Amino acid sequence: MPDTYLPLVANTTAPRRIAIDPITRIEGHLRIEVEIAGGKIVDAWSSGTAFRGLEMVLRGRDPRDAWIFAERICGVCTTVHAIASVRAVENALGITVPDNARIIRNLLEAIQFVQDHVIHFYHLHALDWVDVVSAVAADPAATSALQQSISNWPNNSPAYFASVQSKLSGFVASGQLGIFANGYWGHPAYKLPPEGNLLAVAHYLEALDWQREVIKFQALLGGKNPHPQTYLVGGVAVPVDPASSAAINADKIAQLKTKAALALDFVNRVYYPDLQLVASFYPEWAGYGGTAGEYLSFGDFPVDNSGGLAALYLPRGIVRGNNLAAPPEPLDQSLIQEYVTRSWYQYAAGDGVGLHPSVGETQPNYTGPQAYYEHLDTDGKYSWLKAPRYNGAAMEVGPLARMAVAYAAGHGRVRELVGALLAKLGLPAAALFSTIGRMAARGIETVVIAEQMAAWIGQLEANMNAGRLAIHDGTRWDPATWPAEASGWGATEAPRGALGHWLRIKAGKIENYQAVVATIWNGSPRDDRGQRGPWEQSLIGTPVVDPARPVEVLRTIHSFDPCMSCAVHVVDAAGSEVTRIQVVP
Amino acid sequence: MRLRILVLGLGNILLTDEGLGVRAVERLAAAHDLPENVEVLDGGTLGLDLLPRLEGVDALLLVDAVQAGGEPGALVRLEGDAIQAALAVKISVHQVGLRELLAVSAFQGTRPPHIVLWGMAPAVIDWGLELSPLVAARLDALAEAVAQELRAWGADIDH
Repeated sequence: MPDTYLPLVANTTAPRRIAIDPITRIEGHLRIEVEIAGGKIVDAWSSGTAFRGLEMVLRGRDPRDAWIFAERICGVCTTVHAIASVRAVENALGITVPDNARIIRNLLEAIQFVQDHVIHFYHLHALDWVDVVSAVAADPAATSALQQSISNWPNNSPAYFASVQSKLSGFVASGQLGIFANGYWGHPAYKLPPEGNLLAVAHYLEALDWQREVIKFQALLGGKNPHPQTYLVGGVAVPVDPASSAAINADKIAQLKTKAALALDFVNRVYYPDLQLVASFYPEWAGYGGTAGEYLSFGDFPVDNSGGLAALYLPRGIVRGNNLAAPPEPLDQSLIQEYVTRSWYQYAAGDGVGLHPSVGETQPNYTGPQAYYEHLDTDGKYSWLKAPRYNGAAMEVGPLARMAVAYAAGHGRVRELVGALLAKLGLPAAALFSTIGRMAARGIETVVIAEQMAAWIGQLEANMNAGRLAIHDGTRWDPATWPAEASGWGATEAPRGALGHWLRIKAGKIENYQAVVATIWNGSPRDDRGQRGPWEQSLIGTPVVDPARPVEVLRTIHSFDPCMSCAVHVVDAAGSEVTRIQVVP
Repeated sequence: MRLRILVLGLGNILLTDEGLGVRAVERLAAAHDLPENVEVLDGGTLGLDLLPRLEGVDALLLVDAVQAGGEPGALVRLEGDAIQAALAVKISVHQVGLRELLAVSAFQGTRPPHIVLWGMAPAVIDWGLELSPLVAARLDALAEAVAQELRAWGADIDH
């Protein structure tokens, strides 16, 4: 039997509190409690329910090895943790990587973005909008017509959709619907017609086939699938040499171009049109799910080796209060602080202070209820996530933040796509700051990045043809060349948002290491001033039709693409119920 | 024709005994000369990224930390439908990723026809790279159980 949310107590009158636990469809553990009155969410609490302590593994190790462990934090975000880690060490030691290393890292990260966003949509988020079971009743001919109305993708015949439907019917009949765990089939909040649902199921399967090909892009760049081995402090470990069959050569460049084109084609003709189709059936969701509109982007994808912020293809910056009319504020990483006032940690200087990650402490102080509790003590500490703040403010990170910063910074292609999408959906600019807006930002970003890959492959090819083959700067590889003490930070953007690693090196070893991942920014609990984290903000005001089946909560939380395995990990006693919903008066 | 066999070690090596499946398949590969038709893979916590690896596999041997209510260090063997049933009540610490991996492969039509899971109950799950002494001492037993299973499948080990 798949995981289902079992109502323990139902049909009570408002206000009531419900808990959704866990909320991710993939590995990891996260719990949301919401209070509902008058059919709407009036308050929310977000809690990561397992302890995080990467620094305990890394302390005392060689900083050059840190990325090998860091990429194990999360099975979904291997590449970005590796990049953040090597950048942090390079920053501490004053290393500039060669141009080819910059490009190869960009390409590996770009393909991860494209793959991750597409799979997030079909495999994780679509289930909040698509009633898979309803697809069994779809008319294949009408589905074919619908497909042809949104894109010229060739798999569009009635026979094709009939075959998918037959496969689905057999699967449903076999009782293996666990694949689509956590769906609320038949819920009145599902608005797509059966044909839209069948189309989405077909593309769910096609996305898996597409992913199989796209993943090979990483292998071409020397990544040892499944765990990348390409990275190296000072550059990358994959040679560029037109004369070597083992290196990146003309043949591999050609294959990279083919895979990148395949990635872009699916985005343009399947994913992006499907996203718009779903959005068109849920216009009211352009009115829910917004945060306070404080956005942070570290930016990423350097387009040259200057090291300058102007060279980031996706810009770095801060947008305040949903204001896209002014240029983004410059981001000063020294203004990032993590609070534990409402988190299960204690700081030596007291729980009311914020600490910059470079001097971060991870001293657990669990004050919560014992196992099998019904509710968290949300008046006290209630999460294993710390609360990162930028200059005191809770910041949303992720696709919407990146696109808001890019838009405000005048990014031409982003502005063009945002304008076209709003016009097509008939939505005002304010609609961007919502659940639908967040999904749209993810789609726009996927297009923008997938389009850019060909240019980066071209840069790599030009370097190769000009004999610029360097992939590694080894001048500071030997610890004898290092200062006695050094500290640095490495910033990148993971698909789900800003990712920073901070480390201090002393006598050649890691003295302290802290990772602040996207889900900690977005899923953070309240802070020293009682200020809610972005998820907590985003849920307030959302209507919940049926508190026993709160699909509305999932729609918004999933729009952030939570990845709790980055932040916390599952540690459950045998036999404990891991998925449940409780409704109490 | 020889079976194509995939031995998939699962788990997070940063979390002590949680990574015992990965450590066990490393031990297996180090201790034995494995034939060409047996592939050993460190699957970490990758979940759906492993989907393409299942294609064309006739027999899948999963090795994972399993909390089945037994004493720490206890060996567990599950086969076929029992794996799916056990996953529904959460026995593996990566159950969600593993359950999805198997279910999606079934939907896609690439699920290996024969699947066995060998597991061991963890003693300690906390941050750290080393296995607990108890599990470390039992790792050979798990690796040997896996080797024995492979022999039963006709794999030509150590020749």
